[in-house]
Amino acid sequence: MNLVLIAEQTLNGLQLGVMLFLLAAGLTLVFGIMNLVNLAHGALYMVGAYLTTYFHQTTGSFALAVLLGLAGTLLVGIVTELVALRTLYERDHLDQVLATFGLILFFNELVAILWGRAAIYSTIPDYLSGHVQITAQLRYPLYRLVIIGIGLAVAVLLWWVVSRTRLGMLIRAGASNRAMVSALGINIRLLYTIVFGFGAALAGLAGLLSGPIYAVQPGMGELILIQVFVVIVIGGIGSIRGAFAGALIVGMVDTLGRAFLKPTLATVLSPTAADAAGPAMASMLIYLLMAVVLAFRPEGLFPSRS
Amino acid sequence: MAFSPRTWILLALLLLLAAVPPVADYFGQPFYLDLLRRVMIFAIAAVSLNLILGYGGMVSFGHAAYLGIGAYAVGILAHYGINNGWLQWSLAIVASALVAAAIGSISARTSGIYFIMITLAFTQMLYYLGISLEEYGGDDGMQLKVRSQFSGLIDLNDASAFYYLVLAILAAFLYLSRRLVNSRFGLVLQAARSNEARTRAIGFSPYPYRLAAFIISGAMCGVAGALLVNHTAYLTPEFMNWTRSGELMFMVILGGIATTSGPLLGAAALLLLEDVLQGWSVLPKWLHEHWQLYLGVILVLVVLFARRGLASLLPGNEHHD
Repeated sequence: MNLVLIAEQTLNGLQLGVMLFLLAAGLTLVFGIMNLVNLAHGALYMVGAYLTTYFHQTTGSFALAVLLGLAGTLLVGIVTELVALRTLYERDHLDQVLATFGLILFFNELVAILWGRAAIYSTIPDYLSGHVQITAQLRYPLYRLVIIGIGLAVAVLLWWVVSRTRLGMLIRAGASNRAMVSALGINIRLLYTIVFGFGAALAGLAGLLSGPIYAVQPGMGELILIQVFVVIVIGGIGSIRGAFAGALIVGMVDTLGRAFLKPTLATVLSPTAADAAGPAMASMLIYLLMAVVLAFRPEGLFPSRS
Repeated sequence: MAFSPRTWILLALLLLLAAVPPVADYFGQPFYLDLLRRVMIFAIAAVSLNLILGYGGMVSFGHAAYLGIGAYAVGILAHYGINNGWLQWSLAIVASALVAAAIGSISARTSGIYFIMITLAFTQMLYYLGISLEEYGGDDGMQLKVRSQFSGLIDLNDASAFYYLVLAILAAFLYLSRRLVNSRFGLVLQAARSNEARTRAIGFSPYPYRLAAFIISGAMCGVAGALLVNHTAYLTPEFMNWTRSGELMFMVILGGIATTSGPLLGAAALLLLEDVLQGWSVLPKWLHEHWQLYLGVILVLVVLFARRGLASLLPGNEHHD
């Protein structure tokens, strides 16, 4: 294990972490404010990836595709909220889980009808491809650095919106007492739709950024969604701060575990035993981490104050 | 014994199921035997889930885990040449109960959304564990070359004998869950679901009751897993896929949550609907090619508008409704 490899994997972990944060932020906001368990959040991530890849192929401009993809995901999110999810706010969690599970089946199949079941190919424009020479030995893909930058910028922006603007004030007020906010003359339904659309756009952003790195295929949202659940449980449900910390922890632990667990085990166990146990343990690591966190802090690391 | 109308209907349903093998044999349609055996195996899993989901109010989004554990217990022993069914099935039950105890001891301390996410996450962990076990086929899974053998008592290769075994287990589990729900244990469990604060106030701590129900439910579902691997003669990590957990939950809701006959009705309705949507050649191609699209829409509509499930169509009331 050399230092360059460790630095490279740490950057990979950071990149996965900010990706998870983009998804977790929307999910945790929607849960904290509307008390809605939205399994279909991963479907919006998939929609973002598909729309952007599609627009990139048809228009040829990546920047335009990103804008159209974001707007499209926002639109799909708002329509979903108006048609199906709005009636679920007053229902119990079981109903929400099942109805949004139905939405997942619907979206996955819809995407398969439109673009087929096989993964579609998504490319990076020339000005974002290539590598950056960080130190003498370490060259890192520019695109992944851009993702890290965007993720951190969104985190700062979110913090600013939630804690410094009027909209953020309403969001925080809605999370702690929705009846009171509505009694003060705020259109709470509209607020819900705005927050949901906002979360959908963040999920779409994560999806479109991940397109060139991971495979764009039906069901891609669910694979990452379950990791996002782990993030939220570790961070504390409803807390953006928790989502940020949880996302970075999970991103790091997962990436570093996959990269270094096997070689580390090999120094203790026999190489064949490490070969067998390494990958199994690496894929279970974040869930074990979640179990440990829950055993000591059942409310997560940063429980939301409301 | 005075039976309620609902109990009579359930008994009639089970008798009807018992009459299927000779009828299917007479018409030369062994396919239906296979389909209904699958329905009954999933009904067993749904009965076990209903125990915690319906009566315990614990929204477990990871029940497919025990289906997988039961199947892997049988499959792994068979992999090493141990085909003794008593041993295989005992291991299936014990292993499922132990895993349920481990997951339950953490998740039953939480409630609501935490419970949902934690059960889902742990099941996903087991799913990835299954994928990484190269020795047992990894991603592709492995074949069960020889079905469980019960010292010559019953031959699972005989389709109708296997069918009757599944039916008998289903009937036993329906009876067992009914007795359990109406026992003192079950009443405490239901009380904790309705109002945790009051349950504590009259001197019961819900945690041990919930944990015990979670373990019993897991062990019951492990049996369904052992049956399922014998049914398909094949096992893959897909048994533990999270969509499987969602389907089990949907069966319970579709049939009627916290009712005795609900899980059976729900399993039958969902699997027969799936079968019709994907296989019925009378329907146009575009319909069965994209059956999941319609299934998704149906699911949303059922949750939004038909909350009480199929069992609410039956006469009489489940007395604890």
